[in-house]
Amino acid sequence: MASNGTIIRLRGVTKTYGEGATAFQALKGVDLDIDAGDFVAVMGPSGGGKSTTMNILGCLDVPTGGTFEFRGHHVETLDRDQRALLRRKYLGFVFQGFNLLARTSALENVELPLLYRGDAKKARHDTAMAALDKVGLANWWDHTPAELSGGQQQRVAIARAIVTNPDVLLADEPTGNLDSERSIEIMELLSGLNRDSGITVLMVTHEPDMAAFARTVVHFKDGLVERIEKQHRQGEAVA
Amino acid sequence: MFGTTLVLALRSIARHKLRSFLTTLGIIIGVAAVVTMVTLGKATTAAVQKSIASLGTNILQVRPGQGFGRGGGGPRPPDFKREDVIAIREQIAGVKAVAAQAQSTATAIYEGANWSTTINGTTGDYFQVQPWPLAEGRYFTGPEEAAGKAVCILGNTVKTNLYPKGEAVGTRMRIGNISCDVIGVLSTRGQAGFGGDQDDVVIMPLKAVQRRFTGSTDVRLMLVGVDDAYQTSAVQSSIEDLLRERRKITGTKTDDFNIFDTKQISDTLTSSTTLLTGIVTAVAAISLIVGGIGIMNIMLVSVTERTREIGIRLAIGAVAREVLLQFLVEAIALSCLGGLIGLVVAQLAVLGLVGVMKVDWMFEPQINIVAFVISAVIGVVFGYFPARRAAALNPIDALRHE
Repeated sequence: MASNGTIIRLRGVTKTYGEGATAFQALKGVDLDIDAGDFVAVMGPSGGGKSTTMNILGCLDVPTGGTFEFRGHHVETLDRDQRALLRRKYLGFVFQGFNLLARTSALENVELPLLYRGDAKKARHDTAMAALDKVGLANWWDHTPAELSGGQQQRVAIARAIVTNPDVLLADEPTGNLDSERSIEIMELLSGLNRDSGITVLMVTHEPDMAAFARTVVHFKDGLVERIEKQHRQGEAVA
Repeated sequence: MFGTTLVLALRSIARHKLRSFLTTLGIIIGVAAVVTMVTLGKATTAAVQKSIASLGTNILQVRPGQGFGRGGGGPRPPDFKREDVIAIREQIAGVKAVAAQAQSTATAIYEGANWSTTINGTTGDYFQVQPWPLAEGRYFTGPEEAAGKAVCILGNTVKTNLYPKGEAVGTRMRIGNISCDVIGVLSTRGQAGFGGDQDDVVIMPLKAVQRRFTGSTDVRLMLVGVDDAYQTSAVQSSIEDLLRERRKITGTKTDDFNIFDTKQISDTLTSSTTLLTGIVTAVAAISLIVGGIGIMNIMLVSVTERTREIGIRLAIGAVAREVLLQFLVEAIALSCLGGLIGLVVAQLAVLGLVGVMKVDWMFEPQINIVAFVISAVIGVVFGYFPARRAAALNPIDALRHE
């Protein structure tokens, strides 16, 4: 998949929590470009700044200083609701803890973003079923999270994240709660989506085995980007 | 967007049935209490007015003593004399008729059945002052009245108890120590709001009762019919003046008799039932507010409990307004639902209680609408605070919430 332009551009991004003596600078001037269609793994020790960066990239938080351009929008200038609309339209989230709505069927969970988008009932149903099909759970549509295994729940979460055809999928340790076999399945699913749909994937992970699926690995340390590695993806022939 | 929000809210309610029910319980009880109380209050007022209307209008009741009942100690004030009756009839303008009454109690017996009842001795004026149609038979005639003949007209309750199957008119029954001819049966008048069954009575000519039961020519009670063209209050004060003079009550001494205007009694009773209804309704309204606070409490708890859910919604791209609206609509839907259930409960309660209270069933659309609207308003008012709190959550913190 060829890179077709920079979709995310961070310049001199800082983030400070608290004020005065107790102030903590989580990011100390991050510069980062991410190409559309890339598969990026974000790694680094705890407190290195990777979660803060992901929150900013996910438009859930704004930088204290510096600029964050996403599809040409200066996100740091947008208010809460405008960022919510960006998330609705262009971003999908997958969390470590799955974060599905309890007592709610897989289908209804996947339909949720479409509801906020304002799709009609029929369109909602069809699009959600298609997304469930993509993650291989079309037959499980009427099961609630309690009736699904961890791996299946994460698949439902991925279906929910991709159902709106977002540009970027943000995954925060998506395999953190899964055994290694399930983890590989999830990673294969993510890299398949990245390859086939061209969706840009940003993933935070601790595990080098999972990072091995990515094409770019960004290492954070002490609030700064330490180094960026480009690598051939597992299972892909060396170009 | 509103449609979406409504779908979300209803889904959330349906998913948490027990929680939803407990949340609305306060509203259900509050609405049911208010509607039941107001409806029963109106029904009672109507019953009181009806029973007073059955006493007749433009009627003054003149009794010895002060106020209702015997009251206080001291010697009992004397009954009225026959001459008092004549004086009122002849000397006061605007008096259409005066029905003198003497009362006693006795047991009536017919063919093994017996029934203890009130004997009301009166004159033909009685039926003129206070129309009371006959179910069968006839009223007593002038000569019968003048002679004090032992003829009697039965109230419906007496007839039913003494003559379970047979004809009453034309028979001869025993009452107390005498026997008398039954000449008529009165139509049913029903329960009085106060003072029991009006149909439990035997009416006889005044003289017959005086001679054979009370043993004097005194009169216990006078019913004065007032001509429509005259002010009842003016006639009332003329009678008062006349009786003070005749009973030799001078200066500042208080009357040893009382005159009731039935309309006045009606107004007093109506206003006191209205007041009582108001008080009870106020208490019920407080329970409605408590119900609203209940909704707020549960919604607040629910916001905390569902912090993660809110985080998910925000991350997915819900704007603050949508989260606010979802919780608000949820609160309103819950309280409206509670309101509707409360209305149903109220109708059932009214249906059950009218029988116990012996008042007529009624449906008051107005209070039903008002109570429902109030329940909706409570949803808005008490739902807003938790909803605002939900909408103000930071998505990152909300997602991390355990």
